[in-house]
Amino acid sequence: MVEIVRPLDAAVAVIEDGMSVVVPPDYSGVAMEATRALIRRGARNLHLLTLPASSLQADLLIGAGALASIETSAVSLGEMGAGPRFAAAVTAGKIALKDATCPALHAALQASEKGVPFLPLRGVIGSDLLKVRPDWKVIDNPFAENDPILLVPAIRPDVALFHAPFADRHGNVWIGRRRELFTMAHASKQTVATVEEIRDGNLLEDETLAGATIPAFYVEAVAVAKHGTWPLKFGNRYAEDTVHLREYMQLAASEDGFRRYLDLYVYRRRAA
Amino acid sequence: MSEAVIKPEEILIGVVLRLIEGAKHVAVGANSPMPAAAAFLAQRLGGGRPHVSLQQSPKHNLFTDGGRELFDAAGQGRIDVFFLSGAQIDGHGNINLVAIGDYAKPKVRFPGSFGSAYLYFVVPRVILFRTEHSRRTLVPKVDFVSAPGVSPPNVYRRGGPIALVTPFCHFAFDKARARFRLESVHPGHTVEEVLDNTGFDFERPAAAPVTPLPSPEVLRLLRETIAPELAALYPHFAERVFGLRPAAAE
Repeated sequence: MVEIVRPLDAAVAVIEDGMSVVVPPDYSGVAMEATRALIRRGARNLHLLTLPASSLQADLLIGAGALASIETSAVSLGEMGAGPRFAAAVTAGKIALKDATCPALHAALQASEKGVPFLPLRGVIGSDLLKVRPDWKVIDNPFAENDPILLVPAIRPDVALFHAPFADRHGNVWIGRRRELFTMAHASKQTVATVEEIRDGNLLEDETLAGATIPAFYVEAVAVAKHGTWPLKFGNRYAEDTVHLREYMQLAASEDGFRRYLDLYVYRRRAA
Repeated sequence: MSEAVIKPEEILIGVVLRLIEGAKHVAVGANSPMPAAAAFLAQRLGGGRPHVSLQQSPKHNLFTDGGRELFDAAGQGRIDVFFLSGAQIDGHGNINLVAIGDYAKPKVRFPGSFGSAYLYFVVPRVILFRTEHSRRTLVPKVDFVSAPGVSPPNVYRRGGPIALVTPFCHFAFDKARARFRLESVHPGHTVEEVLDNTGFDFERPAAAPVTPLPSPEVLRLLRETIAPELAALYPHFAERVFGLRPAAAE
């Protein structure tokens, strides 16, 4: 039998250097323990796509030099401000950046879900985003007169990476109402999920769970990572570690401080 | 706290409450305690309407189809009010959430445009809310247009800015002229103060009215009923403005 449930490092090994990876926002289960494992491994040249925004995860990967590029609507630690390593890398011109807007990223992945090359989207015309996104096209609506509309090309990431409440040993992953994770899994070639726990049985056999479960045929690997989103929140299961995030913001304000953060909290594998 | 001492935040909440009157669904983004307070007030005064959705709160997140549902619902016209801000906002209602300076080599980089480049077009009433009123933030021309204030007539646009609310005043947005008009100045502030601290030109009446205060009924509801609810969502704000100790998480 194929072992979908693996140790964390083996699950993360699915993400090879140079691959494109799509990740969710804070409200949706960010795989932070897996992210630290990627950095410990020395991952390089990843192309990160945030659906639609990211906070600490993108900032850590940028600071650690794991990314060749990022496509995002925002890298923000909420009221604490922009991700400091993101802002530093962009102002220094050290990262290839594709600025986006949230619904364009949803649409690009939904196009891949459907197996179509692009989707149309209202708005955006007149935004300077169009000037910096030559891959986005405005066409005339072929079904109406004089109605310009934006097309965004489909995005098919190599891997979707997120954290979920639980999975079974078959690789079915329960995500609850966080259905952007469906879009990510459907649109990506493979899915890697960390979970709080493995449940016995088959989640698809329970109708109350099945509708909120990503079926195993999308899923390449699952690893157990307790408190796997720390220091970020996980739905209403646990809150963000605000004290830690403040410490991060202070340390990551400088390159040296960021290195110290990595030593303290990533390389030393500090338990949550 | 006596009604005689009305906090500046309570005046701003009162302004937003008037601007969202009659809405059926108000969506509030993250880090927007005053818009959230106004939306909850409107809901309480309206006997359960408008619907108020806050994406980041499990209790107040009305969506069950993922992050895209807000955008899909807004695209259909199901969201009547949304709030946006900008590191820079200019006199034509353009907002900049991206960078100061040249885009390719910015002096300062901000988080990014989020959903603004879309929601500004499809939500009928977008209220711009800026807690810093200065020439640094209210500029003649933004360095980067995350989302434009107005569009040519052939560009599909159901919505856009209706107002800009700051700690000093309430500007209304005149879509036809693509200009702000000084609607009222908050108590304790002056037209001169607004002029000195605003980097863009705007229309103004010969004598600008004083922003009306929230009614005693609204203030009581805000302080006694809404503030404790806010404390679970915005603990720092609730403590600072209403003196509430942070409560247990919801």
